[in-house]
Amino acid sequence: MNDSGKTASPHFHPASAPDFLPRHVLESLQTQRLQETLHRVWSRVPAFREKMSAARAEPGAIRGLADLPNLPFTTKADLRDSYPFGLFASPMEEIVRLHASSGTTGKPVVVAYTREDLSLWTSVMMRSLAMAGVHAGDIVQNAYGYGLFTGGLGAHYGAESLGATVIPISGGNTDRQILVMKDFGVTVICCTPSYFLHVIERAAQMGISLRELPLRIGIFGAEPWTEAMRTRIQRLTGIRAFDMYGLSEIIGPGVGMECEYRNGLHIFEDHFYPEIIDPETGGPVEPGQEGELVLTTLTKRAMPMIRYRTRDITALIPEPCPCGRTLRRIRRIGRRSDDMLIIRGVNVFPSQVEAALLEVEHTLPHYQIVLTRDRGLDQMEVQVEVTPETFSDRVSALEELGGKIEEALERVIGLRVQVTLVEPNTIARSEGKARRVIDRRSAV
Amino acid sequence: MKIQQLSVFCENRPGHLSEPIRLLAQAGIDLRALTLADTQKFGILRLITRDWQRAKELLEAAGSVVKVTEVIAVEVPDRPGGLAEVLQRLDGSGINIEYMYAFPYVRGERAVLVFRFDDTDGAIRRLTEGGIRVLELTELDGF
Repeated sequence: MNDSGKTASPHFHPASAPDFLPRHVLESLQTQRLQETLHRVWSRVPAFREKMSAARAEPGAIRGLADLPNLPFTTKADLRDSYPFGLFASPMEEIVRLHASSGTTGKPVVVAYTREDLSLWTSVMMRSLAMAGVHAGDIVQNAYGYGLFTGGLGAHYGAESLGATVIPISGGNTDRQILVMKDFGVTVICCTPSYFLHVIERAAQMGISLRELPLRIGIFGAEPWTEAMRTRIQRLTGIRAFDMYGLSEIIGPGVGMECEYRNGLHIFEDHFYPEIIDPETGGPVEPGQEGELVLTTLTKRAMPMIRYRTRDITALIPEPCPCGRTLRRIRRIGRRSDDMLIIRGVNVFPSQVEAALLEVEHTLPHYQIVLTRDRGLDQMEVQVEVTPETFSDRVSALEELGGKIEEALERVIGLRVQVTLVEPNTIARSEGKARRVIDRRSAV
Repeated sequence: MKIQQLSVFCENRPGHLSEPIRLLAQAGIDLRALTLADTQKFGILRLITRDWQRAKELLEAAGSVVKVTEVIAVEVPDRPGGLAEVLQRLDGSGINIEYMYAFPYVRGERAVLVFRFDDTDGAIRRLTEGGIRVLELTELDGF
């Protein structure tokens, strides 16, 4: 089959049409939409207007996509500073939905949607699912969490609008998930990849072979995962596993998606404009080079984002994709440039670990977080240096100390974490500061 | 009558026990007793030496966490029932043994038992009243 044969394939859903726009059409659409977005934030969001003024980048000065680097960045800190509604560009009468993402110290980031934004979100989620081969007739088990988290409702409306049958089961209760998967003849599962690995293990314990079920597609996102994990999932279940990318600051899931070639994620560029920058200097990187992904929304109304720094490290793939889509691809996200850790889909910050240690020991010992992947599942170990104050000659006292720290960590971050007591001065210190996180997950 | 025992935290990994031992050997510190309490994750090296203050300084200078604990050493006949006779003296006293270890007397029929009690003074009183000889640190040199 040649390339034009592929684009004309009857398997493509009509919703996927914008995936195949000629580049020059796409780029003029992007240019026009960027102008509209800049005028919108300039006239409606004082915080953006101030930043743009300070950078001498008023809408008239940005004539095209090439001028984008002249605009100031938006960061997570800007979102926190404007908590809860400071960056909204629509009056509450037009806003029909709010979502929120988890924050470090209580304050979440609030995101808003107008009716138009929700249909935009639905359309990019339709295109995402269609890209993975989901269609009407599929039975979609949506095990992303429903609620403030964007994953559940995002996948829900996308699948429903595609004509698939949605089971809004949300996260948790693994035994029930497996029974539903088996009894309802589920063909598509949506969840975090680490949770699906848990499902695989539990199903095996229950004597159910996922390989023998009609399940054929997995839509996995909300956390970084590796090719090794994909191989493992596919080998154990016979399904095709797809990576989906999104973040609530931009819209939620549906920012980027893998096609059948699964070699990078197509960004829905007609709505979200990607740039790759050097996270240290903020300047652009050479084409194809790795850096931090920066996204500008081109059509969002309630909460447009101008050059939002995602903290996700990736690269734009310069070559066109053999699937025929003209949307550019980013490499799979392997790591983030800031300190937030995503462990089994849960956001964890070193500051939370510190809070738990302080609670138990009353002073902050030297510690290190070591992340590994055991049979595809994220493992978090906290190594804590023993101090003269905490050390005891009695084994039971030290075991009790480790147990108390484990309990405090579980209370603070909501995950069971292994605590290992280590000898003093064994945790490497660079320039007087300890290296807090050792992430060995990508080595697997 | 109380003996100063040093406890040193060790990670349960190859080589982590030999480090402090080598350090003390190089400094010419003579160890009277040595035992390792280990768990899956970590170990506690316990040692008795007349030079405990210098040993502590050396270990701490090398970065170890060291704790000084008072323990009791008693001498018993090295035959079945030797330990039972000692423990009998504590029956009904409410004194608990946190841990203990033993080592044989080099030249013959006697053994030394080292105890860590939750009530050291109470244990000394009980044992002494029961006719058990509690050893001084210097007496261990003969073993």
